[in-house]
This record gives sequence, C-alpha cells and structure tokens, in this order.
Amino acid sequence: MTYQLTHLDALESEAIFIIREVVAEFERPGLLFSGGKDSAVLLHLAVKACWPQPVPFPVVHVDTGHNFPEVIEFRDRRAAELGVRLVISSVQESIDRGEIVEDLTPGASRNRLQTHNLLKVIEEHRFDAVFGGGRRDEEKARAKERIYSFRDEFGQWDPRGQRPELWNLFNGRHRIGEHFRVFPLSNWTELDIWQYIEREQIELPSIYFSHEREVFYRDGMMLALGPFTTPRDGTSEELFLAQVRYRTVGDMTCTAAVESTAKSPGDVIAETSIARVSERGATRADDRFSEAAMEDRKREGYF
Amino acid sequence: MMELLRFATAGSVDDGKSTLIGRLLYDSKQVFEDQLESVERTSQAKGYEYVDLALLTDGLRAEREQGITIDVAYRYFATPKRKFIIADTPGHTQHTRNMVTGSSTADLVLILVDARSGITEQTRRHAFLASLLRIPHIVVCINKMDLVDYDETRFKEIREEFEEFAEGLDVGALTFIPISALIGDNVVDRSQKMPWFTGPSLLEHLETVELTPDARSEGFRFPVQLVVRPRSAGAELHDFRGYAGEVARGVVAVGDEVVILPSGFSSRVVAIETADGTLDEAFAPMSVIVRLEDELDIGRGDMLASPTDPPIVSQDIQAMICWMSETPLRPGAKLGLKHTTRWVRALVRGLDYRLDVNTLECDYDAADLSLNDIGRIDLRTTAPLFYDEYSTNRLTGSFILVDEQTNITVASGMILPQNGRRASD
Ligand SMILES: Nc1nc2c(ncn2[C@@H]2O[C@H](COP(=O)(O)OP(=O)(O)O)[C@@H](O)[C@H]2O)c(=O)[nH]1
Repeated sequence: MTYQLTHLDALESEAIFIIREVVAEFERPGLLFSGGKDSAVLLHLAVKACWPQPVPFPVVHVDTGHNFPEVIEFRDRRAAELGVRLVISSVQESIDRGEIVEDLTPGASRNRLQTHNLLKVIEEHRFDAVFGGGRRDEEKARAKERIYSFRDEFGQWDPRGQRPELWNLFNGRHRIGEHFRVFPLSNWTELDIWQYIEREQIELPSIYFSHEREVFYRDGMMLALGPFTTPRDGTSEELFLAQVRYRTVGDMTCTAAVESTAKSPGDVIAETSIARVSERGATRADDRFSEAAMEDRKREGYF
Repeated sequence: MMELLRFATAGSVDDGKSTLIGRLLYDSKQVFEDQLESVERTSQAKGYEYVDLALLTDGLRAEREQGITIDVAYRYFATPKRKFIIADTPGHTQHTRNMVTGSSTADLVLILVDARSGITEQTRRHAFLASLLRIPHIVVCINKMDLVDYDETRFKEIREEFEEFAEGLDVGALTFIPISALIGDNVVDRSQKMPWFTGPSLLEHLETVELTPDARSEGFRFPVQLVVRPRSAGAELHDFRGYAGEVARGVVAVGDEVVILPSGFSSRVVAIETADGTLDEAFAPMSVIVRLEDELDIGRGDMLASPTDPPIVSQDIQAMICWMSETPLRPGAKLGLKHTTRWVRALVRGLDYRLDVNTLECDYDAADLSLNDIGRIDLRTTAPLFYDEYSTNRLTGSFILVDEQTNITVASGMILPQNGRRASD
C-alpha cells in the first residue's frame, strides 16, 4: 500500500474539504449552476461533500434567455433528480422591467448583463457564500483569484486587496451584505475536469458531444443557427451542416462550436489533449475583444 | 498513477522567473495557439525581436502595465508522470507575504538566481522563508547561463556560496541546476552546452522528486469539520452519526483506537465512509467520514487523534509569524485565530524578537511587527489548541490570525516547540 493519492483524488478531496468548510461556516450558501460541465462537476462534488444528506443549499442559475435548450433541459432535470431547490434569475425579465438595457449592436452578447442579475439574486436571497465552477487555468485574471474570493457590499472584487490564503485555513469572516465567491475547482484544469467526468460518469448536456447542427461562420467562430442567431444578409455568412460539439456552454449568440467527432468524455480527452486552442479562445466571442476583458468584468462582480 | 506536485517559484525581478515558467509551459506543450498568438502580438507591439514567453504568465492589467507580478498567480501543467501546480510569487522585498501565501502548501520551491549577479539579499531571504515554511525541497536554478558562457566555475561558485549560508538554516533537500530559461537549456531537455553538468534537467527533477514521507510513521490527526447526523433522511440513516473531515496527518484504519480532543475520551473507529462506499483505512489528505463506536459529544473543531502519539494540548502558544497587515502588531493585541477547523481568540502576550530576514539577526528590543516582518511571539488562547510543531506537520502546526474589526487575515503562524502538555500526559 502506498499512501499517495492520484491527482484526481487529491483534487477531489481538496474540493470536498472546501465545500464542507463553507457548509460549516456560512449561513446561506448557494451554488451557481449553469448546466455547463464545470458546474456539473461542482454539483457532483457538492453531493459527495454533503453525503449522506441531500445538498442543503439551493442551486442558482442566471438565465440570459439565450441559452441552449439542451442545457436548460439538463439544468431542470438534474436539479429535480437531486431534489435541490433551483433559483433562477432571468436576464430577460430584468430587461423587460427596464432594470438593465440591452446592447443591441450586432454581435453584442448578454454575458456582461448577467452581472446585474447575479448581484441581484445574491442580495435577494442574502447568500453569504456562492460556489462557482471557475478554474484558474481558464484565464489570466482568474489565475490570481483566491479560492475564497471576498466581495464587498457592491459585489466587487479587488484584485489588489485580496486576503492572503494560507495552508487550508480559509477565512470566511465577513460583515452583513458582503459575501464570498468560493471556487472549489480552482486548481483543476480542463483536462482534469474531463478525466473526472469520465471516471465518475457525470452526465452532461448533450451539446458537449458530437452532433449534427446547422452552423455558419462569423468572425472566425462557428455559431449555431437558432432563434437569436441567423446569418446576416449581405455578408459571407452561409449556413452549412457540420459535426460539432461545444467546449463551454454560454449564450447561443456568442458560444462557438468546434468541429468534432467526440461522442464520449474519453473521445473528448483524446481531442483536448491535442487541442491547440484554449477553451475560451476557441469558443467565447465575448472574451476576445480585449486581454483585460475578464479582469474588468470580474471587478464589477461577474462570475 | 499520476501524482500532484505543488511548487512555488521565487526570484528577484528580472532573474527570469516568468520566462522560466513560460518555457516550462511552452516546452511541455501546455500553451494554446491563441495564447501564443496573443503573446506574439504583445511582443511585437512592444518592439521585441523575440517572443517573450514571460508574457504567458503575467496576469492582471496593472501588473502588465508596470511589467511586474504583484501577487500570487497559479499556473498548471502536466506531463504523463505528474500534474503540477505552480504558485508564481513575486520577488521584491515588500511582498514577503506573497511568497508565504504562495508557498504555504508547496512541496517544493524553485529559487532563481541570475548567474551574472549570483546570490543576492533576495536569494537569502527566499531560502530563509523556504526553511521557515518547511518546504521539503529546494531547487536552486542558476539562470542565464548563456550570458556567462555556460561556465562551470561560475555555477560552482554560486552553489558553494548558497550551500554555505544554507548551512545555518534548516532547509530541506537542496538541488542545483544550471539553466537558460530563454534558450531552454536544462529546463525540459538536458543541455548539450553544459556537458560538465550530469544532473537531471529541471523538469526531470520535478517529475521524479520524492513526495511524501511514510504516512504510517506519523500519528493520526483528524480535525472534525462537520458532525453528520441526517435528520431529514429516511429510516436507514436514522442512527447515522459520523464526523466529516480531512485527514491532516497519518493513517487511520477501522478498528483503531482514537482519542478525542478536547474531552480526552477514547473510542474505536467502526467505519470510514465516503459517498463512494466504505474504506478499510484513510490517510492524509483524504476527505472522509469517520464513525465511532461510542456516542460522544463531539463538534466541529474537535480532533480525533492517535492515542499513542497524540498532539500537544495547550493554551499557551509560541510561534513564528509573518505579519501581513499595514497596521503593525503590538503586544497586547487581541485577534481571531483559526487553527485546523477551530476558531478561538488569542491575546498576543509578548513579542520575543523581530527577525531580520536578510541578516537573520534577532532584534529583541523590537516594539512591533510591521507589514512583511517576521517575528517570534507568545500567545494565550481562549481555549486550548491541539497541535503539532509546525516542523513536524504543516497542517496541525499552522494558524492564521484575523483582525476582528476588519475580518482581514493579518498573519500566518508557525507553531514552535515548547513545554506544552501531550494529550496523553
Ligand atoms: N540571456 C538570457 N536572458 C534571460 C534568461 N531568462 C530570462 N532572460 C531575460 O531576462 C529578463 C527578465 O526576465 P523575466 O522572465 O521577465 O524575469 P522575472 O522578472 O523574474 O519574471 C527578460 O528580458 C528575459 O528575456 C536567460 O536564461 N538568458
């Protein structure tokens, strides 16, 4: 017997430890659940951390109204199966009520608008800790973020004023109105996520695997034909059928597909291990406009 | 089996730390095309003739603008043998706290030295902090060997100087590797240009360095995180009562006797459970639920431990701390203290000395500790801690101090040996 954990077991144990710390020390946790693969893994870990009891806190979705139907179906079904409370905050409703104004320039997405709903739902439900599936390998600004990420009463992140995080001694102390974003998957990479999904046989929305879809190219991204995205007249945008899958799930308006024949997590791993383009670069049109895009957004209170 | 190695990097500004990390990511094929393109674009915009791999590891905008790293950034890469987590910590003096933050969980620290300038005050400080934090392995990378004609004599000079002052410190295993981060010599592949160096390349070393001591030889420690008593669940769980937590040290097996602290009662482990089924034994750092034979009053912050090799129990703690706040620490301060899963309050009864991290001299007349100072203090806690000396176990020997007004973490503490009472006494 060697007393050494594999990398996946070590990551799993670390995540469970973090989730249990939050359950023990916070009064009103919530878990952000987009239906994407990272949040599916996060929810799976929450189930393990809380076992044999059911997950006691609600899962929260900020719904932009532009989501893939497959993802919404998966979200609802997964929450029902686990018997967890699903809290939905609708960006569309906030637009309809005039709380936020949609940017109607072509190509603009609703991603940035989510910040409003996220902060609103945190305030309404008085969440003091919100689990997120963010990983530090995703993006440069995230690479610096703590596992327990403090947010002031405006929900803002201050990258320069972060609390030191030492050993496994997390400091979740805060005043009323302040909260923490907690990232148990901080140390996971995209590959770790897929290996874990394969090992644990975690179910995902079908769009993560190869399927046939009507798509067209816009600014080098392969976008799906849908209610919110159609080829523009007078451009070279032309519809065609392709075998595709998605590497992340976001708005249909700005999440691009990649050509793929991968039918299972194992196939995806084989593809990812040789993939030459990062997850966000490949498939999130909205992150490409500036190197500092994510940092700015996070300061404002984004995921 | 693929293992996890956590390491931290330390070096003065311009020693080549970012270039080295960029090189490791690049040569181990962890850099995506779009990331490389973005770095190529930036390099061009800055008028460089080469692709600055250092840009791969630069994070926040302010830092990019200043051209320096100011906080801890984490990087990931993997080879078929190991997955690596790099805590990239900045080098300048005012950020001792960042190195401490980045290194607290590291298995290894990589200290960079510029072959031209040799050992500097910063190098000494990094080596000292590595010894203070008990990082088991230190790798000294003597960088920019291309700028000293790959000269063996220069390498040896620096190594000897490092070894000399390291003798006065309690450092872990020491390894020296001559490299050129810019060109890639001895980073991933062994260099043809330094035939006189017969050791492994940096990556080979990272892939093979011995990770854990023998867990069986260490007394079991299990800080209780949560008491698990399902209320809503069905009849089959009606009698379920267990203690969730992460094994902080050693091994526990079903049938083992454990002592419960602070009560001092003992009991026997009847089951070790996880969501995936029951286990015969568990070892650090596994997250499990332990169930005991007896119904005892046990709560979060209590500890299950080996009865033959128990921790020390005391309310009087002596510790080295690194002060991390702008507001200085003065004796008499009352602070929140978190140790394992336990919060108590602590009174700083005395400041024994402040340590000059460059000269290692102790100032016994120091009246306070300021930001980035290291010093030895005496604490009295509101309730006993169950701890081990930091030098024997990082998880049960460390604590943080928290300002109770601002809630900010103001110090990291490492508990020193003293005349505390063993739980068995
Ligand atoms: N000639 C040479 N230059 C290097 C080497 N490593 C780094 N540099 C250069 O040294 C400068 C500082 O490197 P950088 O990685 O930014 O240092 P950091 O401040 O420690 O992160 C840059 O101009 C690098 O190109 C090396 O091995 N040889």
